[in-house]
Amino acid sequence: MADVIKTATRDAYGKALVELGATNDKIVVLDADLAAATKTGMFKKAYPERFIDSGIAESNMMGVAAGLASVGYTVFASTFAMFASGRAFEQVRNSIAYPNLNVKVCATHAGISVGEDGASHQCCEDMGLMRTIPGMTIINPADAVEARAAVIAAADYKGPVYMRFGRLAVPCVFDDSYEFKWGKAVTLCEGKDITICASGLMVNEAVEARKILAADGIDAEIVNVHTVKPLDTETICRSAAKTGCVVTAEEHNIIGGLGSAVCEAICESGTLVPVCRVGVEDKFGKSGPAVELLHIFGLDAANIAAKAKQAVAMKK
Amino acid sequence: MDAVIKKQLKIQACKARMGIIEGVYNAKSGHPGGALSCVDIVTYLYFAHMNINPEKPDDENRDRFVLSKGHAAPALYSVLALRGFFPVDLLKTLRKSDSILQGHPNTHIPGVDMCTGSLGQGISAACGMALGAKLGKKNFRVYTVLGDGEIEEGQVWEAAMYAAAKGLDNLVAVVDNNNLQIDGTLAEVNSPYPIAEKFAAFGWNVIEICAHSFDEIDAAFNAAKDFKGKPTLILAKSVKGKGVSYMEDQVDWHGKAPNEEQYNQAQAELKAALAELEA
Repeated sequence: MADVIKTATRDAYGKALVELGATNDKIVVLDADLAAATKTGMFKKAYPERFIDSGIAESNMMGVAAGLASVGYTVFASTFAMFASGRAFEQVRNSIAYPNLNVKVCATHAGISVGEDGASHQCCEDMGLMRTIPGMTIINPADAVEARAAVIAAADYKGPVYMRFGRLAVPCVFDDSYEFKWGKAVTLCEGKDITICASGLMVNEAVEARKILAADGIDAEIVNVHTVKPLDTETICRSAAKTGCVVTAEEHNIIGGLGSAVCEAICESGTLVPVCRVGVEDKFGKSGPAVELLHIFGLDAANIAAKAKQAVAMKK
Repeated sequence: MDAVIKKQLKIQACKARMGIIEGVYNAKSGHPGGALSCVDIVTYLYFAHMNINPEKPDDENRDRFVLSKGHAAPALYSVLALRGFFPVDLLKTLRKSDSILQGHPNTHIPGVDMCTGSLGQGISAACGMALGAKLGKKNFRVYTVLGDGEIEEGQVWEAAMYAAAKGLDNLVAVVDNNNLQIDGTLAEVNSPYPIAEKFAAFGWNVIEICAHSFDEIDAAFNAAKDFKGKPTLILAKSVKGKGVSYMEDQVDWHGKAPNEEQYNQAQAELKAALAELEA
């Protein structure tokens, strides 16, 4: 069997920017001294006159992005998720989102899979922070194919978007025929016993978990929630009503991100079904190889399957 | 500067001061002190310097203004109203729940180019606008007014470093140096002095003026326009509460509305000043 080709979503982001740059001269890319890591360096190489390095000053970068957007540019501003959503939270809120400016905050190195750099750089709070900002769209693509498509789509959307990319190379869930639909969750496989709502690199784990569950006679439906806000409550709640229970899976704190959003949606839908959450269980990360950390923190197929069984057992 | 223009500017600035008092009094809250200290400069920019047109507030080639010290919103609103961006009558609705005139500047208001109010953020947006002009090979210029207390925010110095590094000579930042912030004098709180030297060290062209002399204001902004290669910082020595006797140089008038008696006195003083100017 041939090795599975793995690509990091940040690589897809860099390539998509270059693609956009060729046809849209209003695209401007900003970075905060991390162009090699965030992959905006690809755009810098192709369109040096439209790439501006802000230096190690993320707060100012978000303000500059707002100013550029206010005079007509479509701005992609990149740094690590920790700094984009954490350090510059208030600039994103007040200078970008409040005036509803056309800035795409593109955060790489999200989650525990940052690996060896450790907890200071492993941002598992970003979706929670961004989700509370009115009008903010949050996209957390599953793989390189979806990441590319989402970046292209975001350039056409007028308004602030927070996009979340990973450092770790992961297998592709989708092939080139994949069509990204703005705001619409993707039902990857149908099932009747449980709904797995997964986002980001956990979508791939959900696919593996489905196989584990199938061996135990549990038929899982997988919904890929690439857009965490606004949430496609219709697809999620319809699936939950059909299967009768849900497990969420995300590389983020179980507080504030996809798990919270799905619980909110289920509670308000009137179809009350059990929901179990897989994610970082309100802890800081630590140093180590990314794949090892994902297992240590329970961000894997085995834990999704285990939590899924708990949810199935809770069904009335 | 031309004597006729100067007289007109003094008249408009006096009317703008009346608008500030009107707004803050009716709102029963707001920031009169810092609005009165910067209003001469804002008046000058909108009436004598910037390329703007109230009929076309969204013209892409217009000069931009960012009130980084957003709490001085009543100064900006008064000037925009007098300049014809919206009716002067609206000033009375400042801070009311059914008014467009938000407590701090908001881009839904005709003529307002950026949402501000959280200190330190406006200057970064102004940098982005100035950079946008350069990238698009456009001639518009960008102006921003900061408070002297505001420059205690670290983001201001990120932006200061950035503007110089990127050669944004189409950007002018004013520091409204009234020497007072909420908790006391700058020195009592956390002195940002020496301000001119700091900006010069960050690579800016620095000009020091009196914030209430239209001759000095005019000379400074024209000099900034001619200066190439660096952004310009105008350090404008001002009097907080300028134009209302009991508010002048009083820290208490940073964020407080006058009562009825104080309102009447302020308007009487400004009315007398206006009558003298129009005589």
